[in-house]
Amino acid sequence: MSATLLYALTGCALFALGLGATVLVTEPLRRVLAFNVMGSGAFLVFVGLAQRAGVSDPVPQAMVLTGIVVAVAATALALALIRRLERDDDDAR
Amino acid sequence: MNTGVLLPLATLASSLLPGIIIFMLPETRSRTRTTLNLAGALTKLALVVVMLFGVRAGNDYGFRHEVLPGVQLAFEMDALALLFVTLSSGLWLLTTLYAIGYLEQSPHRNRFFGFFSLCVTATIGIAMAANLFTFFVFYELLTLATYPLVAHRGTQKARRGAAVYLGYTLVGGALVLTGIIWLRSIAGPVEFTAGGALGGLGAEHRTGLRIAFALLVAGVGVKAALVPLHGWLPRAMVAPAPVSALLHAVAVVKAGAFGIVRIVYEVFGVEQAHALGVLTPLAVVAATTIVWGSLRALTQDELKRRLAFSTVSQVSYIALGVAMLGPQATIGGLVHLVHQGIMKITLFFCAGNYAETLGVHRVSEMDGIARRMPLTSAAFTIGALGMMSAPLTAGAVSKHWLSAGAEAADMAWAGWVLTASSLLNAAYFLPIVFRAWCRQPPTAWPQEHITRAGWRETGWLLLLPPLVTAAATLGAGVLADLPMSPLTWARLIAAREYAGSSM
Amino acid sequence: MLIAWLIVLPLAWALAAWLAGARRGATIACAGVLVQLLLALALAREVAAHGPFTYAVGGWGAPLGIDLHVDGLSALLVLLTEVVALPLVLYTRAWLVAQEQDGTYLWPLLGLLLAALHALFVSADLFNLYVTLELLGLGAVALVASGGERKQLAAALRYLVASLVASGCFLLGVAVIYGIHGTVSLADLAERVPADPTTPTLLAGALMLLGLMIKTALFPFHGWLPAAHGSAAAPVSALLSALVVKASFYVILRLRLSVYSGWAEQLDWLPALLGGGAILYGSWCALRAERLKMLIAYSTVAQLGYLFLLFPLLAVGELALTAGALQILAHALAKAALFAAAGIALLASGRDSVAGLASLAGVLPLTWFAFGLAGTSLMGLPPSGGFLAKWLLIDAAIMRGQWIMILLVVASGLLAAAYIFRILSCAFRSAEREQAVALRPVPRTMEWVAFALAAASVLVGLEANAIAGLLGTGGAR
Repeated sequence: MSATLLYALTGCALFALGLGATVLVTEPLRRVLAFNVMGSGAFLVFVGLAQRAGVSDPVPQAMVLTGIVVAVAATALALALIRRLERDDDDAR
Repeated sequence: MNTGVLLPLATLASSLLPGIIIFMLPETRSRTRTTLNLAGALTKLALVVVMLFGVRAGNDYGFRHEVLPGVQLAFEMDALALLFVTLSSGLWLLTTLYAIGYLEQSPHRNRFFGFFSLCVTATIGIAMAANLFTFFVFYELLTLATYPLVAHRGTQKARRGAAVYLGYTLVGGALVLTGIIWLRSIAGPVEFTAGGALGGLGAEHRTGLRIAFALLVAGVGVKAALVPLHGWLPRAMVAPAPVSALLHAVAVVKAGAFGIVRIVYEVFGVEQAHALGVLTPLAVVAATTIVWGSLRALTQDELKRRLAFSTVSQVSYIALGVAMLGPQATIGGLVHLVHQGIMKITLFFCAGNYAETLGVHRVSEMDGIARRMPLTSAAFTIGALGMMSAPLTAGAVSKHWLSAGAEAADMAWAGWVLTASSLLNAAYFLPIVFRAWCRQPPTAWPQEHITRAGWRETGWLLLLPPLVTAAATLGAGVLADLPMSPLTWARLIAAREYAGSSM
Repeated sequence: MLIAWLIVLPLAWALAAWLAGARRGATIACAGVLVQLLLALALAREVAAHGPFTYAVGGWGAPLGIDLHVDGLSALLVLLTEVVALPLVLYTRAWLVAQEQDGTYLWPLLGLLLAALHALFVSADLFNLYVTLELLGLGAVALVASGGERKQLAAALRYLVASLVASGCFLLGVAVIYGIHGTVSLADLAERVPADPTTPTLLAGALMLLGLMIKTALFPFHGWLPAAHGSAAAPVSALLSALVVKASFYVILRLRLSVYSGWAEQLDWLPALLGGGAILYGSWCALRAERLKMLIAYSTVAQLGYLFLLFPLLAVGELALTAGALQILAHALAKAALFAAAGIALLASGRDSVAGLASLAGVLPLTWFAFGLAGTSLMGLPPSGGFLAKWLLIDAAIMRGQWIMILLVVASGLLAAAYIFRILSCAFRSAEREQAVALRPVPRTMEWVAFALAAASVLVGLEANAIAGLLGTGGAR
């Protein structure tokens, strides 16, 4: 099994785990974590598959960096929403 | 722009613009509203008269606008269109007058007159449509514009009736749409052409054409109230009397009947339709409708419901005339398009007068009503006699040509249906006439809204329209051979439809 | 240059509006969107005159830089965005005043949303599509939450999760594609993919399609939409239903027309099947909905399904594409009008219920006309854009002999009529208005906006020829 495929398959496994958890878990915080796992899986596939003859391709790396930034922003928004919801719950109690 | 474009455009605008302005007026501006309405109706009538002479002289009126490649919004004022346009714009004027009197002081008159104008605009559009696409656009517009009128009173019953009306007509519209596009896939864009637009299609399309015919006729048959698609008509009776007049005589059922005429003569062509074998089923449906409507009318006590079932029956005279091959039947069907409108609107005006003046809604309450309201009752009697095809009325002319057509087309049974229908009409109208003139009036009327002032048995705006249409009923019967009479026009049209044939 | 400005400008005014504070922010936003409308018009003219063109941001060019590509379809959608956004910005301004809210976050988020939409419509590569989809999703979620009510926050969180899962799937698909073909450029892929019908490429396509279907709320992935669109503030709902869900649909359409054009038979039936399900299920829920905004939101579910019927008919060519574009336009305008009108009803009566509309019978005629005209377009009755779309769809279906499709298209119109007339029949309940509640005054601007949008959704049908022309000359790849 080549390293490329190994990376890609690991990425797919991570993605599947994350996806499963995002769909199945109801606790908001764990959902956000699960989404991050999912994202990491996709990034790994991206970088992993794109190695040609052992030389890594810079383009997907740049893309994954962008992807990470987007994921951070999404996570931040999710956390902000969750915090706000929790605070409202506390106020209601 | 030359007059050939301007006149038909102005005919549409003369009801559309007043309608739009009326929507924007405040409710209290009743004088402005009335002025606008009458100005629009008179303008339209004047335009129509100009075009009547123009078309007879062979002028061409029409315009087109391309919506999509191969899909055009096209208008053409031919003789057939003009027959329908003249009827609608003449009756629109009278109905507007009547509605102004009828709805005095009632709420939401803006909404009413706005949609009323839209409704007439849609009817004119249907009449002038030069292809199936344009026809459909205005056909659906008519549905939308009449819904608010049927629901106008706002009661549970009115909204229910309006919902039923809408359900029937929208499904009908969907059928028409499918039929149009089906036909388009077989024959390309279809322009209305005298003598038929589908000549030269091979025998391999027979099934497709039959399906398209069935879809189209079933679709417009909903508005024409062909049995079993007539269920909405009696239920739409909850609407105010001017709306009933509009539904039954000026716009909706007429649009359906007119649609059948266009489809049979100018899409398929009567010969081709005959060759396809679709005319006989249509004739059978029409005959069934004629008999069934009359039978149901016999047992109705509510006057407007009785009239509604009578419409179901009478409108199918037109369909029957269309379904019989031969110029005489055509003339009979076409002339009845106008005659039925004039006669039926008379009856509805009168029914509205009885209800509005004395609170009389039922046949059983009409004992001696002619003594209190002689003029209205005279008009009613003339209308009823017309429906029975009594001599000297417009109805007699229609029936004469239809019977002759039945004979010429070797469909003697259709002649029997017509005779039976006349007898049935007599059976449900004569008792009313007898009650009205010969029984003793009750000591008090159910609800006397308007008191008598000299010869004026009710408001003059309510009285004038039925008298005019009753006179027209007699006029169309007695003076049928005058140059501009409905009969003469119908003969002109029939001559054009059969021009290319061997008959 | 025009394209770059269309992306930079909304971001710039978003920042300015945030710095300037809520009140001046509104003015800045209105001015900004007005300029964008002019730019979008200029863009459409340019495409109509000179055909599609590519613009390399910063002069770098792919693969290092980012390429933007404009053709007839994208120019049309950019124009649509502005035509919907401008009235809604005016509406929002009046709405905030009437609600006595400040909308501090609303204006900057709106700018972000519009910038993301523009960037998405002109993206020329898969990765850029991913980024813009994600930005669009974040902006939309934040807008739903911006009202701050609990149900809005909950709906926003749900929307966010769905959106993230969807973009995750899309990203994985992009990664696989890059792994196989070594490029994300749509133009390059359009040459390579059809020649390589292997399972991984198809799988990647399926992953992207799945993600995009979730984003477009296609049945059965629609769960997040009614909650989000039904609970958001009226102008936000209008924007989301009109434009945001169309963006992901646009991506599907674009991929189907370019990269996956050779796969027609294998992938097309699935979206159409789900679309049929969406029509039936969405209409059913709309018929039963008690809240007005829920009714309209479920109508969106149904109408989005209607769009997906397009795919098996694309083989017919230009005709089907025109139908799709007309449907997108008509639905966007009509749905924006419906939500705007619902916002007015909510503001005036204080109630968000279908039955409660009866208290508005006889008043607010412009709003009722907005409901009526927008409804006409959704039902697909002439002369609206929705009608012409229906006409073309049936035409295409008959050409392809797809009888079930005809049935679905016709049924969709009739079902829409059934739920739209649940709203309209309330206008005539004059007899039962005795227990009328006190109504709050509504700013005229809001009424006119709802009416103008609705009228536009009907009149767009009369301009269908110009639209078909733009799609034709500008050609979608």
